[in-house]
Amino acid sequence: MSKREIIDSRELNIALNRLCCKLIENHVDFSNSILIGLQPRGGQVLDRLVRLLEEQYGVSNIRTGLLDITFFRDDFRRRPGHLQPNKTKITHLVEDQKVVFIDDVLYTGRSVRAAMDAILSFGRPAKMELLTLIDRRFSRDLPIQPDYKGRQVDSIASQRVEVLWKEVHGRDAVLLTEPAS
Amino acid sequence: MSELSVKHLLGIKHLSIEDIQLILDTAKEFKEVLNRPIKKVPTLRDITIANLFFENSTRTRLSFELAEKRLSADVVNFSAASSSVKKGETLVDTVNNILSMKVDMVVMRHPNPGAGEFLSEHVDASIINAGDGAHEHPTQALLDAFSIREKLGTLQGAKVAIVGDIVHSRVALSNVLLLKKMGAEVMVCGPTTLVPKYMHTLGVRVEHNLQTAIEWCDVANMLRVQHERQDIKYFPSIAEYRAQYGLTMEHLDGLEKPIVIMHPGPINRGVEITSEVADSEHSIILDQVENGVAVRMAVLYLLADKRKLGNS
Repeated sequence: MSKREIIDSRELNIALNRLCCKLIENHVDFSNSILIGLQPRGGQVLDRLVRLLEEQYGVSNIRTGLLDITFFRDDFRRRPGHLQPNKTKITHLVEDQKVVFIDDVLYTGRSVRAAMDAILSFGRPAKMELLTLIDRRFSRDLPIQPDYKGRQVDSIASQRVEVLWKEVHGRDAVLLTEPAS
Repeated sequence: MSELSVKHLLGIKHLSIEDIQLILDTAKEFKEVLNRPIKKVPTLRDITIANLFFENSTRTRLSFELAEKRLSADVVNFSAASSSVKKGETLVDTVNNILSMKVDMVVMRHPNPGAGEFLSEHVDASIINAGDGAHEHPTQALLDAFSIREKLGTLQGAKVAIVGDIVHSRVALSNVLLLKKMGAEVMVCGPTTLVPKYMHTLGVRVEHNLQTAIEWCDVANMLRVQHERQDIKYFPSIAEYRAQYGLTMEHLDGLEKPIVIMHPGPINRGVEITSEVADSEHSIILDQVENGVAVRMAVLYLLADKRKLGNS
């Protein structure tokens, strides 16, 4: 198995800043918006975006949440191993709000389908949008596309795309993992 | 990632520490689900569950049924009073008839100890024991442990006194087995006639004085006197039982530190516990009921997960 760095720290930072600018264009002061990180890895992207929005762009009072989609997945009992749920933390009312789902990598789109289903347990949002740091093109199983994407990556099904974060892994980078041939 | 080591939930004695931890951790996430505006998830939408109650039950049956419905399972209910059991049908025949209607899981309460175990050897469905005679009541012990952990933060080192009719109680045995596995200290307290002789062999303290028990413990789990299972007289009168083992506010007010009061229900108000105590801030009796649904959702979810499509 080999790992190749496809996006470095500088490029990742540019992508994050661009995502912040696009969010501000569409959500202005975020007064009717809730940014929701999809568990388990969307929370990391969410934290970084919120920090940038507050520190670099002066946005305040951003409402956030974390959503776990385990109980809404379509592959329960259909894959080996056990699906262990993560924490959900939605403390704001989503009724009539603009919800932005945030994740690190968009692949088949099945997690996002589950997220759209799961969020309805908390009310009916006025709008749902999707932000993904990495969009793995040409790999979708469902008709789902991001509204905001950091970078597009072309990859095949046997490859894995992994995002590293300074706070967790010691450096910012995106790696492409190749299976052993 | 870890999964349950068992295919059925027949008793606490079959569960590992990791299994118990997994059930309690999963229940925590289901408790969050139960506090959402819409409390239903689609996870078990392709599972059918039969609730077979060969013995009366209100709270456990409702709690299981609600847990099943919150998980979107299809549910069929059966109670012995209105069934062919009265016409002489055997347990295996009754269940096989129900299973031929493509039922995946069976929740069963039965007056005979070991009924769940017997059934698990004869049918293909996942069996969940909802109480078998005076033997085990595993989901009650799990929800009690969940409630204690929620209140005290940990089960390790928690001092739990189980007070009352120990000899007729499946709740007592399952609680003792679970709490000991998870590192809690356990004491049973009751009249000599209502505490089985073998209790000390399970590594629990045996006490016959209520005052000593509540001074020692962090949590007092007050059990109901099960008149319906008492074929002989185990104590002279209800009044005497109340005087010796009924928990009152005077008891609690006299303690140096507050203790947590639990009761598996149904309560005999004014016998094992006064109304004042049952409704006081020390009592987590209604939390137990809420936690019961979350714990049962976790058990159903984890056992369903073992029935992979193609294998079930």
